[in-house]
Amino acid sequence: MTTPSLVDPAWINAALTAARPQAVAALLRYFRDLDTAEEAFQEACLRALKTWPVNGPPRDPAAWLILVGRNAALDGVRKRARHDPLPPDEQLSDLDDAEAGLAERLDNSHYRDDVLRLLFICCHPELPVTQQIALALRIVSGLSVKQIARAFLVSEAAMEQRITRAKGRIARADVPFEAPGPVERAERLGTVAAMVYLVFNEGYSAGPDPDRATLCDDAIRLARLLLRLFPTEPEIMGLNALLLLQHARAAARFDVDGRIILLDAQDRTRWDRARITEGLALIDKAVRHRRPGAYQVQAAIAALHARASRPEETDWAQIDALYATLEYLQPSPVVTLNRAVAVSKVKGAAAALAMIEPLAPQLSGYFHYFGARGAFLLELGRRAEAREAFDRAIALANTPAEADHIRTHLDRLMAEAGI
Amino acid sequence: MMYAILCYHEEDVVCAWSKAEDDAVMAKLAVVQERLIKAGKMGASLRLLPTTAATTLRKSEEPPLVIDGPFAETKEQLLGFYLVDATDLDDALAIARDLAAANPGGAYEIRPVGMFFPDQRVAP
Repeated sequence: MTTPSLVDPAWINAALTAARPQAVAALLRYFRDLDTAEEAFQEACLRALKTWPVNGPPRDPAAWLILVGRNAALDGVRKRARHDPLPPDEQLSDLDDAEAGLAERLDNSHYRDDVLRLLFICCHPELPVTQQIALALRIVSGLSVKQIARAFLVSEAAMEQRITRAKGRIARADVPFEAPGPVERAERLGTVAAMVYLVFNEGYSAGPDPDRATLCDDAIRLARLLLRLFPTEPEIMGLNALLLLQHARAAARFDVDGRIILLDAQDRTRWDRARITEGLALIDKAVRHRRPGAYQVQAAIAALHARASRPEETDWAQIDALYATLEYLQPSPVVTLNRAVAVSKVKGAAAALAMIEPLAPQLSGYFHYFGARGAFLLELGRRAEAREAFDRAIALANTPAEADHIRTHLDRLMAEAGI
Repeated sequence: MMYAILCYHEEDVVCAWSKAEDDAVMAKLAVVQERLIKAGKMGASLRLLPTTAATTLRKSEEPPLVIDGPFAETKEQLLGFYLVDATDLDDALAIARDLAAANPGGAYEIRPVGMFFPDQRVAP
């Protein structure tokens, strides 16, 4: 058996992934250009893969990558300018002194401003959300264009173009590189949080497709990063809690054939206890601030599901109340639809149906509306109408797993009707 | 003599591990722990949740101040710790406040425990 060590490729990869946001962000501060910062980081990673296994890992990987990346990029600039090159790589290998100095300068506030600037640039208000997401995944999370393209079900060329366009817009938008002020911070934090949430949802709604499900991990990584930048912000605690609690169910959400298993029918022993514990601890922490927000409320709902070891133990009345709060904080027909599911458990399917009836015009193109409507009607024994709703749902399904799920309802209906 | 072995690591790196990587490390540690259990040397052990889940009670202030996040000063040294079974963070903070009243100064960092393995030594 080989002895695992710090120069393991897996360890090096984890260290590079972990250091990436900070390193790219600092390089962006030096070069004020996304492409240069990215290339400098890539170059530093290549050198890390070459020198770390030989010399051992540096004490502070991020500081090492920043210094080497900066030198490599400057070297490139000088070469292009036909000036004297910097000393060769081997002489750069003993970076301890320089590294210590740099690490000192990279105090927390600097780190915070750098990473914040990077996130804010990726979520620049002039960029459409699709471009924000693509840029953040490429630059902050370090996913390859191919990976992002696969995750969003578009061609690699189309994704490349999306990212290039986003960079172009940022270059033209004349983004300030100063640390954002407190007001701007608060305003744009919401945009960044929304981007992270959308990345998660993209992975969560993707079904059992492993290429796309990893988006959930990427989103959690981004959310953690955000929480480290804003350790006292209850909504960011809430966002982290929400993502962890939702993702905790990942292993139980689909059967071996990739069909959806509803919450009620999931094997709860397959829920990830570590994620649940962390999610519960974070929501606990957030609630103490008494500044409720949409992420906190959604996390609190997820927490009530997580706390029930059997579906019968779910506190649906409390979930109904939390959805009512969410309707107030963030009114949307989808929230009301979700609330109706809780209402159906507390007051019955008739009350739930009455609640979603007025949503029909707004949700006429929404798969889940017809799925829920069909389920309520079925519970009330209104089979013909249930069938009609399920047919509409199948036509609107976003994934094969969703369609399959509705088909099982239809099959049961038909079996019961003896057709 | 009982020794506490305090585990330090870069949180960023550990959080960047995939589930498979994390499981692999835990499995390797379990082998070592098993050996210690057999030798009757394994006391309680635990894994803390990330520092983002931490709350700090600064008891150098009166009344003690509750701050989000881990204890970050370097002036004080780690002198000991408690393991308490609290219903929630408020309860844990109440316990910490009682302790603070008995021993003011410094700080208590309240960190939720992610995994807990009780004392494995055989009772005499």
